Amino acid sequence: MSKVRIKTLKIDDRDVGAREDQTILEVARDNGIHIPTLCQLDGLTNLGGCRLCLVEIKGSNKLLPSCVTAVEEGMEVSTNTERLQKHRRSIVELFFTERNHVCAVCVSNNNCELQNLAKQVGMTHVHFPYMYPALSVDATHDRFALDHNRCVLCTRCVRVCDEIEGAHTLDVRGRGIEAYIITDLEQVWGESETCTSCGKCVNVCPTGALFEKNKSVAEMKKQTKFLPYLTMMRGARR
Amino acid sequence: MTHEEFIQLGEEQRKKNEQYKHSIDVCVAAACVSMQSDKIKKSIEDEVKKKELGTSCRIRGVGCMGLCAEGPLINIDNGKSLYCNVKEEDAQEIVSAIDKEPVERLKLSADVPFFNRQLKIALEDSCNVDTESLDDYLAQDGYEALFDVLTKMSPGEALQEVVKSGLRGRGGGGYPTGLKWSTVQIAVTDKKYVICNADEGDPGAFMDRAMLESNPHKILEGMAIAGYVVGADQGYIYIRAEYPLAIKRLRNAIKQAERKNLLGNNILGTPFNFGIEIRLGAGAFVCGEETALIASIEGQRGSPRPRPPYPAESGLWEESTLINNVETFANIVPIMKKGGEWFASIGTEKSKGTKVFALAGSIKNTGLIEVPMGISLRDVVFDIGGGILEGRKFKAVQTGGPSGGCIPESHLDMPIDYESLITIGSMMGSGGMIVIDDSSCMVDVAKFFMDFCQSESCGKCVPCRVGTAQMHTILEKITNGSAGMHDFQLLEELCDIVKNTSLCGLGQSAANPILSTIKFFREEYLSHIHDKHCPAGVCKIKKEEEVIS
Ligand SMILES: Cc1cc2nc3c(=O)[nH]c(=O)nc-3n(C[C@H](O)[C@H](O)[C@H](O)COP(=O)(O)O)c2cc1C
Ligand code: SF4
Ligand code: FES
Repeated sequence: MSKVRIKTLKIDDRDVGAREDQTILEVARDNGIHIPTLCQLDGLTNLGGCRLCLVEIKGSNKLLPSCVTAVEEGMEVSTNTERLQKHRRSIVELFFTERNHVCAVCVSNNNCELQNLAKQVGMTHVHFPYMYPALSVDATHDRFALDHNRCVLCTRCVRVCDEIEGAHTLDVRGRGIEAYIITDLEQVWGESETCTSCGKCVNVCPTGALFEKNKSVAEMKKQTKFLPYLTMMRGARR
Repeated sequence: MTHEEFIQLGEEQRKKNEQYKHSIDVCVAAACVSMQSDKIKKSIEDEVKKKELGTSCRIRGVGCMGLCAEGPLINIDNGKSLYCNVKEEDAQEIVSAIDKEPVERLKLSADVPFFNRQLKIALEDSCNVDTESLDDYLAQDGYEALFDVLTKMSPGEALQEVVKSGLRGRGGGGYPTGLKWSTVQIAVTDKKYVICNADEGDPGAFMDRAMLESNPHKILEGMAIAGYVVGADQGYIYIRAEYPLAIKRLRNAIKQAERKNLLGNNILGTPFNFGIEIRLGAGAFVCGEETALIASIEGQRGSPRPRPPYPAESGLWEESTLINNVETFANIVPIMKKGGEWFASIGTEKSKGTKVFALAGSIKNTGLIEVPMGISLRDVVFDIGGGILEGRKFKAVQTGGPSGGCIPESHLDMPIDYESLITIGSMMGSGGMIVIDDSSCMVDVAKFFMDFCQSESCGKCVPCRVGTAQMHTILEKITNGSAGMHDFQLLEELCDIVKNTSLCGLGQSAANPILSTIKFFREEYLSHIHDKHCPAGVCKIKKEEEVIS
């Protein structure tokens, strides 16, 4: 076994120890310090896209995403300053303005990570204007459906399909505000030749964007714990 | 090719050149070609043939002479006379006059600030070497710097020259080039790569294109030297497909250099191997960002990823990678020839050497210029640039493209260097410089750049993806007269969020055009909001009565 060095650092004024290959987020979690996240999911590669896990590091004015930033000796990390709280609240609000999130009619109501985040960051209302884009729903697949109105573009589904299932059915098309999830070369999902119908994408989706058919309001519960297990078993097989 | 053969080739070409009594250099860079300069060159060749002057007149297609606004340009006998606005039918007159008095009607004086206040290092020789001939480049000591570095210097010694020069990256950020090279030099990976960033996505910028079209060998030579210093044997040039002429000349130059063993294995008889390949980009602005560019070369979606790790540590195919801008590489050959100290003697304390700018907008001498760092903006705009177009009044100069800001009259005496520009909320950027006069509305200018940023945002991170779209909508409201102070406050708040929480440089600097116009032209915003009036008369604001009726 190769040797791994240990680093010591401070997170929110607490002295903690960490392996040198760990990220700030991992170490914080190991020590029971909660940092909000959305695009990050144990078992998938890290994206650094949702920006909710940003933290402050003493001596630098730049905010860094803790999910992809490696620990360093002597680092002093703050995870919950006023500045961070304000930015996090704004970012969650921006998510809500981007598409049409109507919790009251959503299959994932009460089981939604976006909803939970709004509670966590203390969002009481949205003070940026809603954008109300006109988006479609792809319900051509036998068992699953994709509602673009609820998608937050975290690309967890894209990553799980590529990295774990190995099908790479899902991908992102377009740029900026016009980006959206596609199946294969933008055929409808039901006609996809690569989709194995494994359902992993549905389970990793943090909102009600990907859901099982025949589920009514608030009935869709997701299960993501299978991922670290799969990654671990793969590692053992290698 | 051995060194003797190499020297001999240059000698031969020089001798050949001396046989000619006259030289006719026609600019064949994109701006002049768009005005038919290639056809003019053909007509001149025909004319010379007709008059049987082929043995005394050398005709070359050369690179950009800078004053693109007056093109097509022709240089007779190395600056003896400079002709501007030439047309095909002028060919006969030009050739007839070659032994006599120059054609007065086409003549342009070279003794004007536009020419004599410039200092050319990166662009040196670019208008004095045949764009398609390796022999001509060799006649001017081409590849001599590479040969000297390979045979007389260790990689460490060559690196020291770059460090001493104080050269900073010309791609926008101004990161010290010597430091970047040393990081790649000490990195331990199986393989290393050198990448030349020729994506040039800023609207209105054409510095890199002009350099590649004018003197492609100089960039190849700079890259090969970089390869030797950092220990790489493979280089890539990432260039946008919208630059067909530059791509054609680069392909031609690479082929020529390979044939003469100036690229490939055992270059010039030394153990050094270095190859260069071209990769075409589809023209997305974000693909100029280094990590997105690398993803694009790897065949993935061109999205940036968080840094660290920087490309120097883990870049192309996860190997240590040196990535520099075209202009950065263009400065390498002169630094190796004349030494790092010479380069460091030009410019200011922290910004050394020169900078190439593309002058555009409401200015007389639009075109390409190269000036020493530290020169004032006023000198560039009013002296070299010849001032504002007739009947107009100066309002601002925009530097740094969509990542930069607008600088008003009161700051024109500021020296051009990396730090000063950042202090006032703009940025050096890659070298676009757009002069804005009193017929432009600054809110409209900010809206133009925000429209660019929101459509070029890759969409990976939320603040940039949603924030730029939100900012654009608010600017839209301000310019159509439907915004209130509440929207203005939201705009300022969004600037803060997008700047501080975005993943890559695009989002982090996207607010600059707004922030700088708010800083210097706040009253224009307020006038749109309170008085429903656009001071420059650009924005179509519906008066309330009209809305009701
Ligand atoms: C959105 C964005 C676009 C960029 N576009 C370019 C470009 O077109 N050309 C370029 O040389 N650098 C560009 N850069 C800077 C590169 O990321 C990189 O810093 C540069 O190529 C490094 O070279 P240098 O050290 O020689 O400046 C861009 C950066 C960002 C964030
Ligand atoms: S800042 Fe903009 S361009 Fe850069 S990663 Fe985020 S969305 Fe993409
Ligand atoms: S969890 Fe780190 S950026 Fe999304």
